[in-house]
Amino acid sequence: MSVAEPKAPVAEKASGAAAPKEGAPKKAESPFRTDSKLERLFAQGEFVVTAEIGPPKSASSKGIRENAKILKDATDGQNLTDNQTAIVRLSSIAAAVHVLAEGGNPVMQMTVRDRNRIALQSDLLGAYSLGIRNTLCLSGDHQSFGNHPTSKNVYDIDSIQLLQTVKGLRDDKKFLCGEDCKINPKFYIGAAANPFGDPFEFRVLRLEKKIKAGADFIQTQAIFDLERFERFMAMARERGLHKKVNIMAGIIPVKSAKAMEYMKTVPGMIVPDEMIARIKGAADQASAGVDLAVEMIQRMRQIEGVRGVHLMAVGWEEKVPEIVEKAGLLPRPKVKE
Amino acid sequence: MIVAEQKSLAEIDQLVRNAKKLLIVGCRECVTVCMAGGEKEVGILASALRLKWENEGHKTEIVTAMLQRQCEPEYVAELEKQLDGVDCILSTACGVGVQYVAEKYPIWTVPALNTKFAGGALEQGVWTEKCGLCGECVLHLTGGICPIIRCSKSLLNGPCGGSHDGKCEVSAETDCAWALIYDRLKKMDRLDLMLELQPVKDWAKSRDGGPRKVVREDVRL
Ligand code: SF4
Repeated sequence: MSVAEPKAPVAEKASGAAAPKEGAPKKAESPFRTDSKLERLFAQGEFVVTAEIGPPKSASSKGIRENAKILKDATDGQNLTDNQTAIVRLSSIAAAVHVLAEGGNPVMQMTVRDRNRIALQSDLLGAYSLGIRNTLCLSGDHQSFGNHPTSKNVYDIDSIQLLQTVKGLRDDKKFLCGEDCKINPKFYIGAAANPFGDPFEFRVLRLEKKIKAGADFIQTQAIFDLERFERFMAMARERGLHKKVNIMAGIIPVKSAKAMEYMKTVPGMIVPDEMIARIKGAADQASAGVDLAVEMIQRMRQIEGVRGVHLMAVGWEEKVPEIVEKAGLLPRPKVKE
Repeated sequence: MIVAEQKSLAEIDQLVRNAKKLLIVGCRECVTVCMAGGEKEVGILASALRLKWENEGHKTEIVTAMLQRQCEPEYVAELEKQLDGVDCILSTACGVGVQYVAEKYPIWTVPALNTKFAGGALEQGVWTEKCGLCGECVLHLTGGICPIIRCSKSLLNGPCGGSHDGKCEVSAETDCAWALIYDRLKKMDRLDLMLELQPVKDWAKSRDGGPRKVVREDVRL
């Protein structure tokens, strides 16, 4: 589908109406593939905003619920990470259900590190049955980074194959094995893209592979190196990819220069020194971090093909509404009927 | 070849200490090449144990033997003549060899090595893993570089977002297999292979399908 032209709103479902008689004109089919609010907002041509919530290393729902309350009206979707950096945390499915209960629109992240194709598909069915409508398919950080480095890694399928799996269930009503799935989950399908990974020239080709595999939207790795991101987007536009998928630029609001120094050491992240120096030189590093995030969002809005932003304010979720507001993106748009 | 590494002397000591007469058996194949369990290593191991036990006043007799190949029954049968009074066998072969010896004789048999992987030497004293023994080779798709074992996540559609400067996210010491594959395919003008969506793998052909067997009717007797 082309995301350039907004789609017509969903045809109203005739609830309780008798089945149309044979020969009667059929109702126009919904132009949407899912019930996802994100799909509709993109189709309306909105600049979409999502934010990340990191589930806790505990059985408590408190923090997730609080963050969901903070984010539900300031953003259009809330990502729940899946045992991020391979540290055991409350599951992304359960976290997504808490977000739903608070009135949010969860994006359930799913990595292929800990579950094989049986467990992944089973969780897709379960998550959909619980009301979750968006998922983000990821490889996942290697378990050697986390708190159980001696665990077995699964990687039965890879992230691109997971995209195909979610799409196959949605569009073909088929399990990976080819069997039918009669009442099938219809997820709005997300994938990650890292313009800062290597080999750089392959990153756009990999994005294209993810689109072919089924990605409807993309959330990128956190962007600090604007120049490289602009090059990435130029290459994506050259191949027309910005018209085939909704690209959301990843942004991390930073609290301090120290946090940036750390991020610089994470494989697959680039943080330019001059940006660190800018935060370091500020009297109030946290508020300089907020300003930087706002500025980044504004820069992203200028880049052709960037259809939204994804804010990863890890442990700083309460700042997100302020950032979104300062970026001139509040109130968030409604789905048009 | 199979690459293996010797267990620590302390661990080996614990495994064989209770024996009255210990036979250490080496192998002249892979473990000789990777300097873990050949004639030389058997000799050094026997001396080290003798020295240790002498100092401790511990009495276990040690004898040694070499087999051409511990992973073949005909060779393992040659041990027969050297088992007089032996109540423990310490094999310095790979895990395959240990099992052939253990199956053949009703004598307590223990491993002296940790069997690591199928690979080869990178330089003197450094060995590296090359083949994932997955049962369905994909090297024709990847420019001759195995993603199953050389990519930390066994990705078939790599590289992941953690690939950095040709290195794997897991360690700056480890090459990213997919960066190697990319470079090689680019050089060979076969990048088209990396654009294809590789389908999910049939892991039933690997160990996930249960213990495997190869049956060749054409060569059976
Ligand atoms: S960095 Fe490269 S080798 Fe490491 S897991 Fe990712 S693709 Fe595989």
